[in-house]
Amino acid sequence: MRRLVILGGGTAGTMMLNKFSRVLNEDQWQITVIDDSETHLYQPGFLFIPFGIYGQKDVVKPRREFFPARANVVISGIDRIDADHKRVILEDKSAVDYDYLIVATGAKIRPDQTEGLLDDEWGKSKFDFYTLEGAQRLHQFFESWQGGRLVLNMTEMPIKCPVAPLEFLFLADSYFTARGIRDKVELRLATPLSGAFTKPKATEILGGLLQQKNVKVTPDFGIARVDNERKTIVSYDDVEIPYDVLVSIPTNMGDECIARSGLGDELNYVPTDKETLVSEAHDDIFVIGDAGNLPSSKAGSVAHFQSEILFKNFLDRIDGRPAHARFDGHANCFIESGFGKALLIDFNYGVEPLPGKFPLPGIGPFSLLHETRMNHYGKLAFRWIYWNALIRGVELPIDSKMSMAGKVAA
Amino acid sequence: MDTLEILGKHLAVDKDGNLVNRSDWNEEIARAIAAQEGIAELTDRHWAVIRAMQKAFDRDGDAPSIRRLTNESGVDVKTLYQLFPKGPAKKAAKIAGLPKPKGCI
Repeated sequence: MRRLVILGGGTAGTMMLNKFSRVLNEDQWQITVIDDSETHLYQPGFLFIPFGIYGQKDVVKPRREFFPARANVVISGIDRIDADHKRVILEDKSAVDYDYLIVATGAKIRPDQTEGLLDDEWGKSKFDFYTLEGAQRLHQFFESWQGGRLVLNMTEMPIKCPVAPLEFLFLADSYFTARGIRDKVELRLATPLSGAFTKPKATEILGGLLQQKNVKVTPDFGIARVDNERKTIVSYDDVEIPYDVLVSIPTNMGDECIARSGLGDELNYVPTDKETLVSEAHDDIFVIGDAGNLPSSKAGSVAHFQSEILFKNFLDRIDGRPAHARFDGHANCFIESGFGKALLIDFNYGVEPLPGKFPLPGIGPFSLLHETRMNHYGKLAFRWIYWNALIRGVELPIDSKMSMAGKVAA
Repeated sequence: MDTLEILGKHLAVDKDGNLVNRSDWNEEIARAIAAQEGIAELTDRHWAVIRAMQKAFDRDGDAPSIRRLTNESGVDVKTLYQLFPKGPAKKAAKIAGLPKPKGCI
C-alpha cells in the first residue's frame, strides 16, 4: 500500500483529497488527511460578516461533508513533519508514515507579532476580520457604533487576499452610508505599500476608487506598535495615526508545525519551487495554497489553479516521469466595491491586472478592473461554486493558466 | 523600457524605477540613486544593509522583505527605517540595484 498524506483539510487540502481520491487506485493507495478541527470555514465570506451581509451559517460547514468516503480522516494537531523518516508526528506523539506528503496547512493571523496589538482592548476597540470570531465581534461593535475614526492597518506583507482590506473599506463606506452616519465616520487605510495595491495598474484604479469614496490613505506605513493609552498606531519612523476603532490585518504566518519541523522560512512558509510546487528541500513533499512561499497571491482561486498543476506533477512523480506542469502564478479575484458592485482582477507572476473582459474576450460577462453589478453577482455566486464545485475538486471552466485574450495591455 | 538618468548615463529601469541590469550598478551609481531617494550620504551601516541585500538576492533570486532583511543584516527594523526612511526594503533594494522585493504580492 502506498501512502499519500495531506496536511490540512481547508480549501487546498480538500481539493487535492478529492482529486486524488478519484484517480488513485483504492487497492494501492491509502489517502490520509490530517486537520485539527472538524469545521471547514469559507474564509472569503468573513469579509461580509462585519456588515451583516453574511452570518455564521454562510461560512461554516462540517469538513467531513467534503471528504470522500475512502479518505482516512485524522482529527489532530500536528506536532511536526519528520521529513528524514517520512512521517508526521501528531500532537499525542503518534506517527503517521507517508510515501508522499502534501502540505496544505495554510496561513494564520498573528496579532502577537505586533507590540501592543493583542491586549485587553483586542475585540473591543481593535479588531480583525480574518477569523470568524473577529469578524463577528466587529459586526456587534459596528451595530451600535455612532461614528468616529476607523483606521484599517495592514501590518506587513504578504497577507491572505491582499484585496480584502480594500474591499472592507469599500463595504464600510456603503454600510455607514446606508446607516446614515457616513459623515460621522472617517475611513483611513494605513498600509506598508506605497499605494492601494501591489501592482501599478490596479493601484491606480483602486486608489482612484478609495479617493472617490473618501477613504484617506497613509502609504509606506510600517507599524511598530500600538499605543493603547492614546489609541494611536505608531510607525517605525514615528508617524502617528490616532483611531477610535482599529481594524488590523495582523502579520500572516504559516502554521507553527512548519517551524517545529524546520521546514519554514522566517514567516513559517515552506520554500517551494514556484512552478512545480515541489518543496525545495524534499522532493517527496508537495506544497499548495497559503502554506508555501510562492510569490503569488494567497487566495482560494490561486490554490485552485495550483491544484491542477500539483495534480499533474504528482501523477508524473509516482509514474517516474519528470514533473511537466508549470504554475504561472495565476490569480483571479473579485473585488467587492460596495453599493452592489464589484471589480474583477486576473493576473499572474508576469502580467499585472489589466482592464478588459473575462472570461470571454470582448463579451465577459465579467469586466476586468471596472466596477459592475455583474461582477458583484459573480462574487456572491462564488460561494455556491466554492461549496459545491471548487473544494470538491470538480473541474471549473477557467484555465489554470492565465490568458491574455480579452485583456487590454497597458 | 523606461530609463533613468544617473550621472549623465541613461540606465534601463523597470516599472518600479529599479535598475534592470545589475551590471549597470556600482557604488557611485548607488550613491546617486540614494541621493535621488533623499538619502544624502551612505554610511557604513547603509552599506552593510545594501551588501546583505545583494547577498540574499544572489542566493534566493529575490530581494528580502524587511523581516528577512533584519535577520540577514543584523540591523533591527527601527534602525532600518532610520537608514532608509519610508519602506526600507523597497528603498534599499533600489539603491542596491535590485528589483523591488516580491514579498509584497
